[in-house]
Amino acid sequence: MSSRLETAFYDLGRLDLLAEQDSPIHRLDPRAKLITTLVFIVYVVSFDKYEIARLLPFFLFPAFLIGMADLPFGYLLRKMIIVSPFVLFIGIFNPFIDRQILLSFGTLQVSGGWISLVSILLRFLLTVGAALLLIATTGFPAICMALEKLGAPRIFAVQLLMLYRYIFVLIEEAIRMLRAHTLRSFSTKKMRYQVFKQMLGNLLLRTIDRAQRIHLAMLSRAFTGEIKIARRYNFSRQEIFYVFSLLLLFSCMRFFDISGLLGNLLLEFSS
Amino acid sequence: MSHHIVEVRDLEFTYPDSTRALQGLSFKIRHGESVAIVGANGAGKSTLLLHLNGYLTPTAGQVRIGDFPLTKETLQEVRRTVGMVFQDPDDQLFMSTVYDDVAFGPLNLGFPLAEVAMRVLKALETVGMAHLKDRPPHRLSSGQKRRVAIATVLSMSPDILVMDEPSAGLDPRARRQLIELLKTFKHSKIIATHDLDMVLDICERTIIINNGKIEADGPTVDIFQDEKLLDNCHLEKPLRLQSCPLCNPS
Repeated sequence: MSSRLETAFYDLGRLDLLAEQDSPIHRLDPRAKLITTLVFIVYVVSFDKYEIARLLPFFLFPAFLIGMADLPFGYLLRKMIIVSPFVLFIGIFNPFIDRQILLSFGTLQVSGGWISLVSILLRFLLTVGAALLLIATTGFPAICMALEKLGAPRIFAVQLLMLYRYIFVLIEEAIRMLRAHTLRSFSTKKMRYQVFKQMLGNLLLRTIDRAQRIHLAMLSRAFTGEIKIARRYNFSRQEIFYVFSLLLLFSCMRFFDISGLLGNLLLEFSS
Repeated sequence: MSHHIVEVRDLEFTYPDSTRALQGLSFKIRHGESVAIVGANGAGKSTLLLHLNGYLTPTAGQVRIGDFPLTKETLQEVRRTVGMVFQDPDDQLFMSTVYDDVAFGPLNLGFPLAEVAMRVLKALETVGMAHLKDRPPHRLSSGQKRRVAIATVLSMSPDILVMDEPSAGLDPRARRQLIELLKTFKHSKIIATHDLDMVLDICERTIIINNGKIEADGPTVDIFQDEKLLDNCHLEKPLRLQSCPLCNPS
């Protein structure tokens, strides 16, 4: 049990390390990356539920980011596979409910349910992939600050920042407690409910203590109730170019049937 | 301007659970003086430190910092003057990057952004951590965290540095580097610690607290020679003042 928690912990740290890399994408202002990712996600989910072909061109964006930012594809894919069961369950019953035949290749007939299931999976890959890539190229703190600068309530941004800062401290504390438990529990592999309850309570108490100490540390640095963060980003011509060219591309892919056009073009050439 | 930068007069403090943590302490600290506060666990060291920046309000007695008595009105000014470094850097470094953390104090004090940036860089350079300014604190080693924690108060240019166990949890080299760093500071320093060898290096004066009272107050070298006094207060001669077990096996 403890080992699984530890793996998750180091995995989270790995995402952090990726965000510290240096690449043209990493160097962009976080706001530019946040805006493009948000628009990308909205466009992807706005398609009709039977859409497959027109979703495919959208894979250009994640491919572009992975290439430009030099990110490990296998690692990101593994992260996505971990969440995929949840998505699979959203669409798993579609083939049984929606039996209307929409496509047929010779004798093989494909029902609307299967098509919408594939469409859901594609959308999952695109949206979750885009969000993951945003974190891997920007880093969680920078995203929070971008949110705040784009008008999200400050308290919300600060809460997220603190959450991210202390999740590491909290997990480390939990790991230490679990380790201490494992080392003294010998043959009993599973933790008894009684013990689990007490450990959780203990962790809560420690958290409250720490919160008090953090508050004290803030007070001794002239904290008056509002957290201020220095702005250090600048939205230059480069960012404007990045945002506009990508938004243009996304809009083309959203409002014109690019795969259809390419297909027609191909058919014309071959005939 | 008064001659003393910190003046504590008949300070008493009783916790809500009626633990009498401080029972009438008085001392004065001059400009530029380095003073160690030592004593057994639970002697009242931390409680005393929390009075120096007004986090706790005395049950009786008074604390003066610089020219101000510590009251609600002077609290902000006092907190700028007294830079407090806590024992666990994870409590002190609560922002998501080193830069933001060091900038936290100056921003709260309302400095213009250019001034904040200058102060942050200067503070980080002083502790030798400028190259880590964009790192999240959870990716630093204990020694680095401790240095950044010191930078977070240096950026407010305090006159007095108050530190709780600055050398705890550091490896010998990191500890040595910290001691060398602290020696370069011209601030008045008040250090609560169990590391008596460090006290020998940094502080010319030592105050021993025992059961909420001052047991001894004087030059460090004299106090550390008094074995009976040290033993009474759960302390021991610094290792360097003890005889070598290889040369003189007892």
